[in-house]
Amino acid sequence: MASPGDVAGEGWPLYEVFVRANRGLSHVHVGSLHAPDDDMALRNARDLYTRRNEGVSVWVVRSSAITTSDPDQKGAFFESPAGKNYRHAKYYEKSAEVPHL
Amino acid sequence: MTLTAPDASARPDDQRELTEAEEASAQAAFDAIIEADQRIEPRDWMPEAYRKTLIRQISQHAHSEIIGMQPEGNWISRAPSLKRKAILMAKVQDEAGHGLYLYSAAQTLGISRDEMTEQLIESRARYSSIFNYPTPTWADMGAIGWLVDGAAICNQVPLCRASYGPYGRAMVRICKEESFHQRQGFEILLELSQGTPEQHQMAQDAVNRWYWPSLMMFGPPDDESPNSAQSMAWKIKRFSNDELRQRFVGMLVPQAEVLGLTLPDPNLRWNDETKQWDMSEIDWTEFNEVLAGRGPANAQRIQHRRDAHESGAWVREAAAAYAEKQAARERQAA
Repeated sequence: MASPGDVAGEGWPLYEVFVRANRGLSHVHVGSLHAPDDDMALRNARDLYTRRNEGVSVWVVRSSAITTSDPDQKGAFFESPAGKNYRHAKYYEKSAEVPHL
Repeated sequence: MTLTAPDASARPDDQRELTEAEEASAQAAFDAIIEADQRIEPRDWMPEAYRKTLIRQISQHAHSEIIGMQPEGNWISRAPSLKRKAILMAKVQDEAGHGLYLYSAAQTLGISRDEMTEQLIESRARYSSIFNYPTPTWADMGAIGWLVDGAAICNQVPLCRASYGPYGRAMVRICKEESFHQRQGFEILLELSQGTPEQHQMAQDAVNRWYWPSLMMFGPPDDESPNSAQSMAWKIKRFSNDELRQRFVGMLVPQAEVLGLTLPDPNLRWNDETKQWDMSEIDWTEFNEVLAGRGPANAQRIQHRRDAHESGAWVREAAAAYAEKQAARERQAA
C-alpha cells in the first residue's frame, strides 16, 4: 500500500508528531506535517504544535514507518478480548459488598 | 497483512471495487456511525460525495487561513507599538498553523498537499471572500479581529463536533487559539474608540466597512443554500447559516455598546415576537461579485501567494537536496 509521505508529486515526506504535555505523561499524537528530513521535522513540529507551551518533549516519525491494523479486518483482529469480560473487575459481583475489594 | 501509514493512505484508488452488496453494507455501517454521533475516521469507508464535500470544505478553509495572513501581514511593519507588532506576528503565525492543521486533515481524504497548493495558486480553489477586502487603516486590524475572527469562531465552534474525526480535531486546536485573536481585535478597537475623536472615527469607519462582509461570511440565506441540508444530514454542519448569523449578531450588540461604536444597520432591533434580530436585507450582489473574483483585492492576494510559492522554490529544493545528501552519507557510513 502506498504511504502518504512518498506519494508521487509530493515534495517532502509526511511525519507524525507526538507531544509530551508534561512530565509524568505519555507522548500523545497531535497531528502531522511535511518536512525534508528528521531535523527539520522536529523544528517544524515545535513551531507548529508547541507555540503555547503545549509540550516538554516532541517525537517525530515518518508516517511511512508506522504499521497499522487493517480497518477492514477490525472485527476479526480485535475478536480475542470480546466475550472475555472476566478480564474486568466488575465481572466479579459476589465481592461487591465486601470492603476494600 | 501489514499496512503502513496511519491516516493519509485512505486514498480511494487504494480501495478495491466493492460489489453492490458490500457497498450497501458499507453504507449502512457509515449511516450507523453518523446516527450514533460517532466519528468517521480516515480509513473507514465513506460515500464519495461525503469525501468530496469534505475535501472541498476543508481545503477551502485551509486556503482561507493561508490567504488570511496577507491583510494583516501587511500591518506587521506598521504596527503602532512593539507590543502590537509582537501580538500581530503571533496571530499571523497562528493563521499559518491553522492552515497547516487543515491541510493535514484534508490530506487524510486522499488529496496531496501539492495538489491543494496548485489549486490555490492557479485560482481553481476558493477561499473566504472576506480576505479580498483591503485593510487601509490600523483600525482594520481591530475590526478584523473582532468581526471577522468573531464570525469565524461562531462558525467554527460547532465544527469541533463535525462527523469527520480529523476535521473536528483540527478545529478544536484552532478554536482554542482563535479566542485570543478576537480579544486582541476588540482591544485595538476599544483603545481607538476611547482615544482622540479622530481615532474614534477611524474605529467607527473600520466597523462600518467590515460589519456587512462579516455577516456574509455565514453564507447565503438558508433557502438559497443548496448544499446545507446534505451537510447537516452528514453532521458536518450542525447549524444553518441564518441560525449562526442570528447568534453572531446577538453577541455583537452588547459588545458594540462596550466599545462605544455603532453597528451600521439602522434597522437592527430585537423582535420580541419572533425572538430574532430584525435587520436590513444583506446586499448579496456585492458578495457574489467578490466571490466571482471581482473583489477589491482578489488578484493581488493570489498573485502574492503565487510569488511566495515560486520564489520559495529554491529553499524547498535546497532542503530536499540536503536531506538526500545526508541520507546518502548515512548509507555510506553504515
